[in-house]
Amino acid sequence: MTDTSTPTATKPKASDGPFTRFLKATELDTRLIGMVGALALIWIGFHLYGALVNNFGAFLTPRNLWNLSVQTSSIGIMATGMVLVIITRHIDLSVGSVLGFCAVVMGMLQVYILPPLLGLGHPLIWIIAALAGMLTGAIVGAIQGSLIAYLKIPAFIVTLGGLLVWRGAAFLVARGETISPVDETFALLGGGPYGAIGSTGSWIVGGLACAAAIFLTLNGRRQRRKFKFALRPVWADTFLATLGCAVAIGAVLLVNAYPWPKGIVRQYTERQGIEMPEGGLFISHGFAIPVLILVAVGILMTILLNRTRFGRYVFAIGGNPEAAELAGINTRLMTVKIFSLMGFLAGLSAVVASARLNSATNALGTLDELYVIAAAVIGGTSLAGGVGTIYGAILGALVMQSLQTGMVLIGFDAAIQQIVVGSVLVLAVWLDILYRRKSK
Amino acid sequence: MENTGTPLVEMRDISIAFGGIKAVDHVSVDLYPGEVVGLLGHNGAGKSTLIKCLSGAYQADAGEIHVNGQKVEINNPRDARSHNIETIYQTLALADNLDAASNLFLGRELVTPTGFLDDAQMEAETRKIMHRLNPNFQKFADPVSALSGGQRQSVAIARAVYFNAKILIMDEPTAALGPQETKMVSELVQELKRQGLGIFLISHDIHDVMELCDRVSVMKNGQLVGTEKVSDVTDDEILGMIILGKKPERSAA
Ligand SMILES: Nc1ncnc2c1ncn2[C@@H]1O[C@H](COP(=O)(O)OP(=O)(O)O)[C@@H](O)[C@H]1O
Ligand SMILES: [Mg+2]
Repeated sequence: MTDTSTPTATKPKASDGPFTRFLKATELDTRLIGMVGALALIWIGFHLYGALVNNFGAFLTPRNLWNLSVQTSSIGIMATGMVLVIITRHIDLSVGSVLGFCAVVMGMLQVYILPPLLGLGHPLIWIIAALAGMLTGAIVGAIQGSLIAYLKIPAFIVTLGGLLVWRGAAFLVARGETISPVDETFALLGGGPYGAIGSTGSWIVGGLACAAAIFLTLNGRRQRRKFKFALRPVWADTFLATLGCAVAIGAVLLVNAYPWPKGIVRQYTERQGIEMPEGGLFISHGFAIPVLILVAVGILMTILLNRTRFGRYVFAIGGNPEAAELAGINTRLMTVKIFSLMGFLAGLSAVVASARLNSATNALGTLDELYVIAAAVIGGTSLAGGVGTIYGAILGALVMQSLQTGMVLIGFDAAIQQIVVGSVLVLAVWLDILYRRKSK
Repeated sequence: MENTGTPLVEMRDISIAFGGIKAVDHVSVDLYPGEVVGLLGHNGAGKSTLIKCLSGAYQADAGEIHVNGQKVEINNPRDARSHNIETIYQTLALADNLDAASNLFLGRELVTPTGFLDDAQMEAETRKIMHRLNPNFQKFADPVSALSGGQRQSVAIARAVYFNAKILIMDEPTAALGPQETKMVSELVQELKRQGLGIFLISHDIHDVMELCDRVSVMKNGQLVGTEKVSDVTDDEILGMIILGKKPERSAA
C-alpha cells in the first residue's frame, strides 16, 4: 500500500449502488442533501396543505418565497456567527437582546441625535447609524467574550446574564418607546419594493454567481492537478457547476417573477413622471437588499472559517482546546474575538431588522437567540464542538423561517407555532445524534 | 561521549506545585547537542510536569532555564517554539476534528501570498514527511480521530520533527505503538541524534532507554534521584533508583 498517486480513499467500488457512486464522485455530503430534502418537504407540505384545506396553495408563490428570503436574513446573519461560537464549545444566549440594544442605539442616533446635527435626511446619517450599531454589537460581544475568556465564567452564564442586561439597557435607552421612522436610505437595508435591486440588477448578480460556480470548479481541478491529488470525474464537476448555475438562475427567475404592488407602481410612475400604460406596469422586485447582505455575510464567513488561520484556530479550539493552546494559539484572545464577531453580526442583524420594520423598539429580536441557535444546530453545528458549516446554518435559518411562515400562512396560531418550533429543534438534535453515530 | 562546552538546555532548580502537591521539587537537568537524555520514574513522579515547564505548557514557580547558555523566559508554547524546542506530548495534543496536515501545521500554517491558508501545499508537505516517517500512512483526508493510535502518534512525531527542532522533547512517544513502529521511532531518534539535536526522552521501557540514551535522570515524588551515564550503570541499578530512590553506591563514591 505505498501507492501515492491516487491517495484519496473514495474510489468507487464495484459493489456501490448508483447513488453511493454519485455521492462519492461529487463529494456532496449526505447531510446537505438531507437538509435540502427536508426543506423541500416542508415547502411542498405547506403548499399542499393550503391547496387541499384552504383551496389555495399560498406557499410556493414568488410573493411568499420572496418574503421568506427577507425574513430569513436577520436570523441567517446571526446564525453564521453562532456557528463559530458553538464550534468553540460556547453558546451565546444574548444575541436577541444585543440585537434589540443595537437597534435602539441606532434608532436614537438617526431619529433624535443626528438630524439636528447634520440636517434631516443627510446622506451620512444612515452610514453613521449603521456603523454605530455594528460597533455597539462588537463592543458588547467583546465585553462578554472577555468575561468568558479571562474570568473563566461559563459562556452560558455570561450570556444568560447578557440576555437580561442588554434587554434592560435597550428599554432604558428607548425609554420604552417605539423609535420611528428611521432614515429613508437606512430603511432600504430592510428590503421592501424600493429595498430590492430590480430585474437587471438581479440578472447581474445571478450571472456573477454562475461565473463563480464555474470558476470555483475549474480552479479546484487546477489545484488538485497541481498537487497530483485525485480529480473528480469530469461529469461530476460538470454536474456541480451546472447545479450551481441552475440554482442561481432559478433564484433570479423567482425574485423577478414577483412584481411591485399596484400602489407602489403608481407612486413610482407619478414620482418619475412616467405615463402609466393601460394594463399597468410589471416592475420586478429582484433580490432584496437584506438577502444580498446575508449572501455576502455567508460568503465572507465561509472564507473566514475555511480559508484563514482564524477559522482554522476556531476548529482547533473546538476539537481540543488544550492542544490548540499547546500549539501556540492564544485561545483566550480567540474567544474574545469570536464573541465580538458574534456581537458585530447581531448589530448588522439589528440594521436589517429595524430597517425592515422602519422602527426600533426595545422588544426587537425577542426570542431570536433560540431561532439562531436552532438554525446553527439544525444546520449541523455540533453542540459538542469542533464541527459546523456556514451554509448549513443559513439553510437551517431557512428551515426555521419556512416552518414559521408556513404555519402563519395556513393559519396556525402562535401557541401551536411555538410548540412546533420547539419540538422541531429537539427532533433535529436527536436526528443529528443518530446521524453522527451512524457515520462513525 | 564527554560533555564539554555549553549545554543546549539547562533547567536549574525547577519547582512547581499544584495546590499542595510539589509536582516538581528543585530539579536540575541538562542536555547537550547530539545527546539523548532519558527521564525515568514511576507514574506521577513529575516527568511530564518538568518537561512541560520547558515546552511552555506550564510556568515554573521557581528556577531558571538556559538555552545555549543564555537565560530565557518561556511563558507559553510560542516562546518554546521560538527557541526551536519541539514537544511530543504524552497526550499527543492533536485536534481530533482536523486532518493530519492541519494538525502538523497548527499554529504555523502555510499561507498563500494573499494570506489565505495554503491547504494544498500543507498536505503536499505532510505527504512528504509522512512518507519518510511512516510510509504506510495514507489517511490524509480524514480527521485524525479516524486514525489508529500508532498513526496518531506518527502525526504528533511528524509535527515535532518537521520544523527543524534543535531540542526535542518526547514524552512516552512509543506508548501507543506496536513493535515495528517502536523500532521506527528508535531509528528516528538515532538519526536525529546524528544530526546534532538534543533529545529528552521520557519512557517507561528501561531497555529502550538503555539502548537509546547517553544519560538518564531519575525522578521520584517530584525530586531528582540522580543523573547517571548509561555506560556506567546496570539495568538493576537504574531500577533501584526508580523504585527505592537510591543512587548506586559506585557513582556516589
Ligand atoms: N495540571 C495539574 N494540576 C494538578 N496536578 C497536576 C497537574 N499536572 C500534574 N499534576 C500532578 O503532578 C504530579 C506529577 O505528574 P506528572 O508530571 O504527570 O507525572 P509523570 O509524567 O512522571 O507520570 C502528579 O501527582 C499529578 O497528579
Ligand atoms: Mg507523564
